[in-house]
Amino acid sequence: MDLFKYTAHELHEKLVNKEITAVELVNSVYARIDEVEEQVNAYISMSKEEALAQAEKVDAKIAAGEAIAPLAGIPVVFKDNINITGQVTSCASKMLNGVSAIFDAHVTENLRKEDAVFLGKANMAEFSIGNTTDNSFFGAAHNPWNLNCVTGGCATAAAVAAGEAVWALASDTSGDLRQPAAYAGCVGLKPTYGRVSRLGLAAYASSMDQIGAVTKDVTDAATILNAICGKDDRDSTSWEVETPDFTQALVQDVKGLRIGVPKEYFGENVDAKIKAEVEKAIAQYKELGAEIVEVSLPHTKYAVRTFYVIANGEAGANFARYDGVRYGYRNMEAQSASDMTARSRNEGFGEEVKLRLLFGTHVLSKGYYENYYVRAMKVRTLIRNDFEEAFKQCDVLLTPTTPVLAEAYNTEMDAFAKYELDFTTVTANLAGLPAITVPCGMVDGMPVGMQLIGKVLDEATILKAAYTFEQATDFHKAMAPLGGNK
Amino acid sequence: MKVTADIAKRIADLTKVIIPEAEMDAYLEHYNKVFDYADELQQLDTENVEPTVYILPIYNAFREDVALEGVSQEVALKDAPAVHNGGFKVPRVME
Amino acid sequence: MTKYTTVIGLEVHAELKTKSKAFCTCSAEFTNVPNTHVCPGCLGLPGTLPVLNKQVVEFAIRAGLAVNCEIQKYNKFDRKSYFYPDLCTNYQISQLDKPICLAGHIDINVDGEEKRIGVTRIHMEQDAGKLVHSGATISTSDFSAVDYNRAGVALIEIVSEPDMRSAEEARAYMENLKAILEYTDVCDCKMQEGSLRCDANVSIMPEGATEFGTRVEIKNLNSFRALVRAIEYEVERQKEVLEEGGRLIQETRTWDDANGVTLSMRNKETAEDYRYFPDADLVPVIIDDAWIERVRAELPELPAQRQARLMEQHGLPKYDASIIVSTKAMAEYFDEAVKTAKDAKGVSNWLLGDVSAYLNNEGITISEFKVTPAHLAELVNLTKDGVLSSKLAKKVFTEMLKEDKAPGALVKELGLEQVSDEGAIMKLVEETIAENPQSVADFKAGKDRAIGFLVGQIMKKSKGKANPGMVQKMLKEKMQ
Repeated sequence: MDLFKYTAHELHEKLVNKEITAVELVNSVYARIDEVEEQVNAYISMSKEEALAQAEKVDAKIAAGEAIAPLAGIPVVFKDNINITGQVTSCASKMLNGVSAIFDAHVTENLRKEDAVFLGKANMAEFSIGNTTDNSFFGAAHNPWNLNCVTGGCATAAAVAAGEAVWALASDTSGDLRQPAAYAGCVGLKPTYGRVSRLGLAAYASSMDQIGAVTKDVTDAATILNAICGKDDRDSTSWEVETPDFTQALVQDVKGLRIGVPKEYFGENVDAKIKAEVEKAIAQYKELGAEIVEVSLPHTKYAVRTFYVIANGEAGANFARYDGVRYGYRNMEAQSASDMTARSRNEGFGEEVKLRLLFGTHVLSKGYYENYYVRAMKVRTLIRNDFEEAFKQCDVLLTPTTPVLAEAYNTEMDAFAKYELDFTTVTANLAGLPAITVPCGMVDGMPVGMQLIGKVLDEATILKAAYTFEQATDFHKAMAPLGGNK
Repeated sequence: MKVTADIAKRIADLTKVIIPEAEMDAYLEHYNKVFDYADELQQLDTENVEPTVYILPIYNAFREDVALEGVSQEVALKDAPAVHNGGFKVPRVME
Repeated sequence: MTKYTTVIGLEVHAELKTKSKAFCTCSAEFTNVPNTHVCPGCLGLPGTLPVLNKQVVEFAIRAGLAVNCEIQKYNKFDRKSYFYPDLCTNYQISQLDKPICLAGHIDINVDGEEKRIGVTRIHMEQDAGKLVHSGATISTSDFSAVDYNRAGVALIEIVSEPDMRSAEEARAYMENLKAILEYTDVCDCKMQEGSLRCDANVSIMPEGATEFGTRVEIKNLNSFRALVRAIEYEVERQKEVLEEGGRLIQETRTWDDANGVTLSMRNKETAEDYRYFPDADLVPVIIDDAWIERVRAELPELPAQRQARLMEQHGLPKYDASIIVSTKAMAEYFDEAVKTAKDAKGVSNWLLGDVSAYLNNEGITISEFKVTPAHLAELVNLTKDGVLSSKLAKKVFTEMLKEDKAPGALVKELGLEQVSDEGAIMKLVEETIAENPQSVADFKAGKDRAIGFLVGQIMKKSKGKANPGMVQKMLKEKMQ
């Protein structure tokens, strides 16, 4: 039985009904990893022994007739910037290679309470910087839909699509959870900023980082959000708000739902084939009873630039701690502390990370701060105001998740054109809004994702809209073929 | 060119990374393109716009003044590249 | 030679007396064992986040109100970036443009002249760790070891206006500020141990000029003496540079106490660019009126109020009162002693005189003084009641320093009670008159000074125990 093919909620049923054991499940997933990992390179590290011990514990509970949590026994992969005590958090960088965490992330604690099974750590762009994994210290990951194609900035969705994990925990700073999910035909949910504690997530851009889930369907996304959200006193930006049972939103009903379609997300910079698929989805929603409203988010074209200034500024300070003094990579030849730190950082960080940090330092330095950083914070206000205005006319926004399909590794693309690929996703990070991507079509054998952006804290509505669409379509059931040449 | 080699060196010094002389030109080319890219934000009139400093409407996230056990010296030094008498050893601080 | 006016502003860092650090739950207590009061946060590990200790805000408000500041309702924290091995994240969480306190003042008195020194601002921030050098000094060491126990301990920085015009004014400001921080119990103010640190900004300008000269920042001033000496040295150095036609540069210098000189540390013009920006890991602190008023209502008696009370309640002269209130421990000692003392001024005389001399000599503070306030009060009372002459009282005091005994008991033990018995004194008077006919004749001839000699002779015979008032009176009566 290829257990790795099922969703978390399906597997939960099977466990509860004693059709399978958690140990069988985890073995099935590791067998799949053995089979395909060489092609996908989705993993940086694995923890099979611990995973088996966690699975045994769940089996013992089931055998003893105890109730188990919805995610108990379900194998999950973590993006390698989220802490699991005793396991390395490398951020796919030489800088942190071999440095094991001494504390659990808040989400990790929550998943331990659920008795989830931790498979290991997924490959990613170095420190989440860049929208492909080709700067990973551990080599690039490959898209299971076409091994010649990129996975986006993180390999979590590739792992899920390849059957190497049932679901994945990842972070989203500019869309680096949703974009890979869309590229791999998965569901990806980025909650409202403040909904999930960032404790134990290696920071990239503090004001935009948010942890979410990559899953095979919307039901799993809602189930996982239930498990990971909630106030954490150790994160000052953890928001004390009501946490509904998000699975209550899993109803097929979009009658009267006002879906806003922002014209700026359907311009010339979006692949026409993707637009066509998303427009089909819009038509489908209309058929299901939703009201389609055209809206405008006029500052969208400035979004990536705004992000670029703010995120790199924040990263410049966040990554300053990587100095070779306490942990991580150190150049052992340097004769002074200052030189040691400069050489350690120079050798420990990859080229793109260095460029970003230099720019981040630059925009905060004397003579530049007001005109770049403060200005970007102001444009961020304009972008937030765009959403506020749009949400006066609609309940959710619908956009393509990505402007292009997962491109091939040999595609020549200008660095700035690459940055701009985030424009569809980064706006939700700038505004702190919840967003979900769900598969909505296939083009040239590659999956297409559509994105639903919700009002602040209104994950329920985007989950409901996504669920309704998903139940009316079959896109989420497609399996990645692991075709093409690496 | 907006960013000159002198500026770039000063920024590299603040960032604590090294731009090798041989790569300076290539680097400056990219660097100036980055500024051109970011400079498009200058087109917008932001005169009367408040900057978004905080994304959430929350404030006063405090904890009470209670001291808890931290980690042991052994754990603290676990990944230290060099250790001396219970401290993180670093090369001379004054150059 | 041109006459110059000195301009001084002080930046004072005070470690707050919180139990835990400013942004993490580690103990803020001092320990000698390196890296034992640390957690993932103060080691700068990835994934750690700061959460503000509420007591830090409470203490900052209290200190601000005590120096007459306006408490700012909206507060935010910024990151101040610079690479240094003792700074675990290589940025310090501080407050740039929204400090918690603005526009206060501290009144000082130098040589009887009152002056008001402005307090520009107070802001909250975190301390760095400590570097232990392998050699004798930072510049002769081949390597250093970093200890993060102090990293993250809460600080307030109190910045004065450049209102001081002499080292003595700077000292007076610093003494008053220290007393205020002690009274409000926000800092333990141990300058030698670094819990209270002072940097001085010093410049000079030609007398009558309105534009300040080039400012030099002096660090490492860890005693009042160092503060005064460093400023005096620096002013002379600056004068010399200008007199020789030189130009001063804005720089940071460190005070070398052993050699009594200031030394250049780094050139401020090129080196510093702290890249302050708001810390998105924290949220604003909003202080409402109710909070401010509660802290105001709970403020303890401050040095100035206490000085007024001592003058009014105990009739102390202003000078005495100002010295007694200058440290909280001294003021408390005084208050405790006057509970049983019959003469407040007598207590003050002891504290300002022999007690202070003893403390200075021993290099200790009054908190470490072994004589209890009750015993000192008893000593004052023995003098007041005429049991001890002031001379013998000093003798008893010397004994009290040696052993923890009540002065009354010591007087008995040493047989030092004053002799006030008329018969016994008369016997000595008569003896002395008989032995010194010349002095008696001089007295009768109107030479008043002669009586002093005779009294001295009688006191000598009594081994100092005769009541001097009675001796004088009876001697005069006998000779007339």
